[in-house]
Amino acid sequence: MPLLEVSDVSKTFPGVRALDQVSFTLNPGEVHALVGENGAGKSTLIKVITGVYQPDDGELRYQGEPARFGTPMDAQHAGISTIYQEVNLIPLMSVSHNLFLGREPRNRLGLLDEGRMHREARAILAGYGVTADIRLPLGTLALGAQQMVALARAVMIDAKVVIMDEPTSSLEPREVETLFGVIRELHARGIGIVYVSHRLDELYRICDAVTILRDGRVVHTGRLADLERIRLVALMLGREMSEIRREGATAFSSEKAVDTGAAPILRASGLTSRRKLHDITFDVRPGEVVGLGGLLGAGRSETIKAIGGAYPLDDGDVQVDGVDLKRPTTVQAVRNGIAVQPEDRKAEGIVAGLSVRENIALAVLPKVSRLGLVSDARIDAIVERYMTRLRIKASSPDQLVGDLSGGNQQKVLLARLLATGPKVLLLDEPTRGIDVGAKAEVQSLIDELAAEGIGVVLVSSDAEELIEGADRVVVLRDGVVVGTLTGASVTTEDLMATIAAAAPPEEAE
Amino acid sequence: MSTEVARETPAAAVEDARRAERTDRIVGTIQRQGALAVLIVVVVISLIAFPNFRSFDNTATILVAAAPPMLIALGMTFVIITGGIDLSVGSLYVLGGVLAAWASQYGFAAAFAAPLVVCGLIGVVNGALIAYTRMAPFIVTLAALLGARGLMRAISDEGSETYLVKNDAFKQLGNGSFLGIGYQVWLAAVLVVLGMVLLSRTRFGHSVYAVGGSEDAAALMGVPVRRIKVGVYVMSGLLAGLAGAINAAKLGSGVTVLGTGMELDAIAAVVIGGTLLTGGAGTIAGTVAGVLLLGVIQNLINQVGNVNSNWQQVISGAFLALVVVAQTYLVKLRRVN
Amino acid sequence: MTTATLTLTTRDLRAWLPKYGVYLAIVLLVLYNIFFTPYFLTWSNLRIQLIQVAPVVIVALGMALVIGTEGIDLSVGSVMALAAALIPLYLGYGVAAAVLVSLLAGVAVGLINGVLVARVGLQPIVATLALFVGGRGLAVVISGGQLKDVRNPDLIRLGSGDLLGIPILVWVAAVLVLVVAFVVRRTVFGRRLLAIGGNRRATELAGLPVKRVLITVYVICSVLASIAGLLSVARIQSSDASAVGLLIELSAITAVVVGGTPLTGGRVRVLGTVAGALLMQLVIATMIKHNLPPSTTEIAQAVIILVAVYVARERKAR
Repeated sequence: MPLLEVSDVSKTFPGVRALDQVSFTLNPGEVHALVGENGAGKSTLIKVITGVYQPDDGELRYQGEPARFGTPMDAQHAGISTIYQEVNLIPLMSVSHNLFLGREPRNRLGLLDEGRMHREARAILAGYGVTADIRLPLGTLALGAQQMVALARAVMIDAKVVIMDEPTSSLEPREVETLFGVIRELHARGIGIVYVSHRLDELYRICDAVTILRDGRVVHTGRLADLERIRLVALMLGREMSEIRREGATAFSSEKAVDTGAAPILRASGLTSRRKLHDITFDVRPGEVVGLGGLLGAGRSETIKAIGGAYPLDDGDVQVDGVDLKRPTTVQAVRNGIAVQPEDRKAEGIVAGLSVRENIALAVLPKVSRLGLVSDARIDAIVERYMTRLRIKASSPDQLVGDLSGGNQQKVLLARLLATGPKVLLLDEPTRGIDVGAKAEVQSLIDELAAEGIGVVLVSSDAEELIEGADRVVVLRDGVVVGTLTGASVTTEDLMATIAAAAPPEEAE
Repeated sequence: MSTEVARETPAAAVEDARRAERTDRIVGTIQRQGALAVLIVVVVISLIAFPNFRSFDNTATILVAAAPPMLIALGMTFVIITGGIDLSVGSLYVLGGVLAAWASQYGFAAAFAAPLVVCGLIGVVNGALIAYTRMAPFIVTLAALLGARGLMRAISDEGSETYLVKNDAFKQLGNGSFLGIGYQVWLAAVLVVLGMVLLSRTRFGHSVYAVGGSEDAAALMGVPVRRIKVGVYVMSGLLAGLAGAINAAKLGSGVTVLGTGMELDAIAAVVIGGTLLTGGAGTIAGTVAGVLLLGVIQNLINQVGNVNSNWQQVISGAFLALVVVAQTYLVKLRRVN
Repeated sequence: MTTATLTLTTRDLRAWLPKYGVYLAIVLLVLYNIFFTPYFLTWSNLRIQLIQVAPVVIVALGMALVIGTEGIDLSVGSVMALAAALIPLYLGYGVAAAVLVSLLAGVAVGLINGVLVARVGLQPIVATLALFVGGRGLAVVISGGQLKDVRNPDLIRLGSGDLLGIPILVWVAAVLVLVVAFVVRRTVFGRRLLAIGGNRRATELAGLPVKRVLITVYVICSVLASIAGLLSVARIQSSDASAVGLLIELSAITAVVVGGTPLTGGRVRVLGTVAGALLMQLVIATMIKHNLPPSTTEIAQAVIILVAVYVARERKAR
């Protein structure tokens, strides 16, 4: 008997059919991969299963019985636990209190038994490779360890189904191994696991079955071992396989000319920040796209932010177009032609409550004003130019940015950066979380901008995007530059090899 | 030794982790015990510099004066740990006093019941509005501040009627003492201890921390967030009403003009005691130290005599600024590690 | 079909009410008063109402700017008290000197608040709490705890004089309303302020001088409060540091909130704020005219604040 059965479930939001007659079956002891592009309906399906959303249509059966969960708590009580991408625990509370919150052991007086709680927490977490002091606030642990605590908590509450949403995105390789060990154990105990991830290697290592969603429909479901990798990618992207083999998956053009003799437009030297960055040095020439490669936590985002003045440096020096800014503030950085597109678009990029117009004009207000008074005519000219150039789809320039799609929000953000007339453009995951069409447009835009002589620094965890987009790749690991790929060696294989070669010996196993 | 570090971890990382833990402990201790340390220093200096400070009577006076603020600050501590704030307590304090004095004509029990029921209900309204409509706590309780004051004036003939306490047992509670220390001090002490147990040794207490630490996460972890929020505002209302009642017992009447700024004194005491206004962390022991510290300062100002008593406000304000600035710095220090 | 139109209208109403509800309420209240309150439509009555509301409007303007940055300023009443306490001390050097000193006190308080919020990174409610508590104490200490009469004719004229038949006080408030509205709509500073309220981190990364803007906002708020303080002294012809501006932070926040400025920042409704202050003034006046006691007025105010915030609250975004 299947553990969990979703049959013909549909869910519609205003304007979007998020799930269209989706069926999904999870058997006991099965690790089931749930894959699909952003917007394919994965998170909606998870939210239907966990009681966050109610389906418009269709049925949910859990352990053979029809089920309807009104809230995530109902689902959790029934034995369906979710480990979210961002850890959902209480950072200021101690590790053991987090582990036991809501089910603390009590003594005869009905008061919480702290001693027992700490002892048990220590014993349980040791099984997950967490050995830090369990009396410390959870927030002081590394992200991986925090995620293990979340997992331990889920398993502790007698979960029969564990849903993992991108569980490895913030883990170190060693932690991934621990996680896989735990998953195997859960698998042996007959717990069903829904595993959402974009890392194909992981899927093929750990998952038994796969369900692929595209545009709210199930396009494939079956044993993962029977499905070729290239076919999996093709099903996700919905392209012809031959096309993928021929073209590659990105919209970057393959031929480019960079004047290798030109003086660098950006020179970052000796960037050092306590614990995170160690003596990072690299150059970018006009018209060049330099990729920053490395695993999550290697210091790529920090490097970009540090250059833009938004991350504190203890030492180091940033030069733009021959001007030595030392360690610039954000204001100095922007004034001198550095434009940073941060990774977290909603939190650090757009101002959701302001219009497209205001967002685009935000950084150039002094340029479009006289004596502190803004000129609407000049703003309109700029807004018009960039809305056309970037093909920003908004009902009008006065539409709120918060109401736009992810791709258009990203374009608005890029328009703001371009309006400042940057000499150097620092892009952190420019195509994450945006639809395929917008992704291609952003990628060709990067090419165009480089062709105009702007120096571009590109961070992307999509290896293909990085390799095809960059002329040169600087590889980071643990805040140190461990290699640079140039010319013919800008390939996925070389990138992986450089990252792997950089691994300290004790991890080579 | 609490760290059992995994063997394969590189030595440098171990050293880093240890150092981070150590800093965290030190910083945490300063945050929790800072007010106590300052209190001790101030008391020691006062003992040396002011002969009158030394007397037992003076100590008893300080404690009696500190009892009502202590009760209010106790409730406020719970509210602030959930990440909220309760600005209505000053009004509830006055309302509680008037109600207690008025109800004392119906007996000892009524003198307690009336303020507790009414202030508790206002707490329910505060909590329900905050928990169920997601309106900002400060605006809801600001409205309650006005509303409770209106109510107080409505029952006291626009503030002109001062009810006298009619019940002797109730009056005795305000003026009698046990072992030379006023009853209200014992009452406050008992409630403080109960509050400590409630906060640190019960599920409710842990849930209070969880709600303040991260509301969304707490909800996903099964904490009944809304009920917890209603709970803390009810507690705060009840304690403010009770504080008003024992003050009325002491004064022998329900005075209608006290209490403006009482909520801010309570917030100041809680914050000085190391509770984060952002929620998620704090202790009642710290709040006790904070209340006593402000009480001692007030007492010293009175002792010096010819100093304008408004200096008390100036000193509280300066102290508050100093403490929150120091706290922000300490929290930053903790985060970096 | 009918249900569809119905849901559409309720949704429209939800968007419309926080923006324009305050004007509707004013119209209704004025109509009620015209018919049921004797002597409401007399010039002397309107004059009194305007004079009384002027300080609240001035303080609320600053508060609206601060709230637009997702902040709050609890210290405005203390600033009024400080300004009031300083005036009698410096009147001997002339009105200009006294006004200048009281404005400088506003600048100083604003700088402290602004630095605590922008540089130290305190929550605004905490940062301004310190001066709320300490500021009035200091003002009372400065004034020696006594009510001082003000006899300077220039200052008295400022408080009770007319210009073109309208009180100077009201002129000052009106000019300040226009200036603040202009600043919010047309200046770089105004646009930056709104962006900071909308998403502070993003504006930082966009290279905006966030800290400078924030400090300026708090300074403006305090200066406006000190103007209100000195106008109050000029009007009542005496300075009482323990009473001037008591609880005005409540009235100001109420005016801003009732006027439709969200507490979550990113938007400032200047005219709405003025309307909010007028509405509260009208409510109080109406109740007094109909012999309702102050207690009822306070309860009514409480209900209005709650309704305004409830109507304007952001729907849980998820």
